[in-house]
Amino acid sequence: MARLSEENVRLAKEVIARYPRARSAMIPLLHLAQEQDGYVTNEAMAHIGDLVGATSAEVYGTASFYEMFKFEPVGKYLINICGTMSCALMGAEDLMHHAEHRLGVKLGGTTDDGLFTLERAECQAACTEAPCLQVNYRYRFRVTAADFDALVDDLKAGNLTDEVPAHGIVARVRQQIPVDRGVGAVPPEDVTEAPTWMAEKAAL
Amino acid sequence: MNTPNSTSTYPHAPGFVAGDRPRIVTSRFEYADSYTLERFLATDGYAGLRAALARPANEIHDEVKSATVLGRGGAGFPAGTKWGLTPQGVFPRYLVVNGDESEPGTYKDRLLMERDPHQLIEGCLIACYAAGLSQCFLYIRGEMALAQERVADALNEAYAAGYVGKNILGSKFSLDIILHWGAGAYVVGEETALIESLEGNRGMPRLKPPYFPAAIGLYGQPTIVNNVETLANLPWLMLNGADAYTAIGTKTSPGTRMVAVSGHVKRPGVYEIINGVTTFRDLIFGEEYCGGIRNGNKLKAFVPGGGSAPWFTEDQLDVPFEGQQAGAAGSMLGSGAVMVMDETTDIPAAALTLTRFYAHESCGKCTPCREGGTWLERILSRIVDGKGTDADLAQLVEVGTSICPGDFPHASSTRLGLDAVPFPYKMNTICFVGPSAYAPINSALVLFPEDFAARVTKRSMIPVTAVRAES
Repeated sequence: MARLSEENVRLAKEVIARYPRARSAMIPLLHLAQEQDGYVTNEAMAHIGDLVGATSAEVYGTASFYEMFKFEPVGKYLINICGTMSCALMGAEDLMHHAEHRLGVKLGGTTDDGLFTLERAECQAACTEAPCLQVNYRYRFRVTAADFDALVDDLKAGNLTDEVPAHGIVARVRQQIPVDRGVGAVPPEDVTEAPTWMAEKAAL
Repeated sequence: MNTPNSTSTYPHAPGFVAGDRPRIVTSRFEYADSYTLERFLATDGYAGLRAALARPANEIHDEVKSATVLGRGGAGFPAGTKWGLTPQGVFPRYLVVNGDESEPGTYKDRLLMERDPHQLIEGCLIACYAAGLSQCFLYIRGEMALAQERVADALNEAYAAGYVGKNILGSKFSLDIILHWGAGAYVVGEETALIESLEGNRGMPRLKPPYFPAAIGLYGQPTIVNNVETLANLPWLMLNGADAYTAIGTKTSPGTRMVAVSGHVKRPGVYEIINGVTTFRDLIFGEEYCGGIRNGNKLKAFVPGGGSAPWFTEDQLDVPFEGQQAGAAGSMLGSGAVMVMDETTDIPAAALTLTRFYAHESCGKCTPCREGGTWLERILSRIVDGKGTDADLAQLVEVGTSICPGDFPHASSTRLGLDAVPFPYKMNTICFVGPSAYAPINSALVLFPEDFAARVTKRSMIPVTAVRAES
């Protein structure tokens, strides 16, 4: 555990090349590290620093600002229950209490079997479908206590593996820029002129 | 195109409610496969781009300017004017798309990215062409996995088909759009914080001036930061022209806008409404919108423009979705999010859910927000738990005043015989997170003082000597 794997280093270099400055790839690479190990390890942060030209302290400095990065293992399924206004008006507190009892952990805790981590989350942008939750960033809308129990049962039984990947994986689709189609990133100091199309009467 | 009846909902787009109104940005939502290139091309997709590229870039910029496309992120600044703030002759310039939607109560950008990612991509292309922006970074909120997947798929399709990348549609126009996503931080929605985050830093807002990253932004270069919904308007505008755009809505607020109405209404949902003329009464009580308050209850209060906005009550129901009128009434339209509270609502507890949000999301850069937000949360928690005193109420105001000096905006109230204090407020912080922590408290205290009075113990002086009770 764990520097980035060879395959991930290849992906990382592809991502870095898309930005005019390598450091911009920091957050995408932290996601890649979390995807690999389920959380962000110290070794991975040192490795990312090497790749983007930053110290490991700078990488940790950035990473620790953001809620989604975890620096210790969390459950395979991270359940975030929204507690901001619209969800609170529609019963989020009751849902959180129910979830705590069902899983036997307090908000912020992880079950002994390492399957579930339960957290209170802030607004998840599904306010009309309150109360809502996300499990590894996949939505569940208008969640009742019974829905929550069914979700936990399904996750335990492995019925949702197609829809809900293990913690660390957010989007399962990566952007691909074909070599012959990409324009390529240029450091800003190497550009002084207006883009060519600006001088034309029309581009087409 | 079929005409949906006034309250159609689609199982593939939970939350969205269609209506018999002009639909500029949600026109494809009725199709289950609205996010595919195939459906997009079959419904005028990329035709707006083709129309734009057939004209000189400065003409496209002028068209957007004359349409007065207001920014849909919160501040409502016209996009065409914003593009014009870039200093002459300084290149490269960048476009950063703000898809970090996290304002409490708001969600429209998520739907636009999930349901119609190609429309957004087309909007980015048109903006970059018009304003001479040489690279585009599409920053999506970290927690929105489906939106990221849909936009990634759409970009992959668009690159392969020649709509993005080198020599778009065979023209001289070349542009890369880079998909980037965040990792959970509300404050990154502030445009200078967004740029910091995109540079690989902690997402803290930059000191102002310069007030606009159009002057100094990403890598110190001129940078335009536009909201997802703002850009999604551009393809339609290119196809139909500024006159058709301004024919909808009013002169100061043309076009449509997406509004999410949540909380205690019969039919919560995301509606595309006509800008400038639709009122809060239409939206909350109209049969074609939310259909009134649940269980026939009475309206107590509503948040008109996202969690940061001072609250309105029934006195403001006839205010339309027009920035100046909402401002004069003591609040703002913000990000298009209305949260409705009925008479059963525990007002201090409701305010606490918002104050806790902003206290939690403070980046820690400015002391009044970092310290004040947490103080506000703790004091209000104590009051909600029934352990507050009347001194706590004064303390809330004192902390609030240290974040925002002077009178804080609030709505008028006939019930209490109060006049409105117009928006905006003065602030001792760089960005709006600090004032936003106080906004719900100030609204609740001013408009519903009795809800607090009933909650706190009166304690006018602190006893200095112990007095033994006589038996």
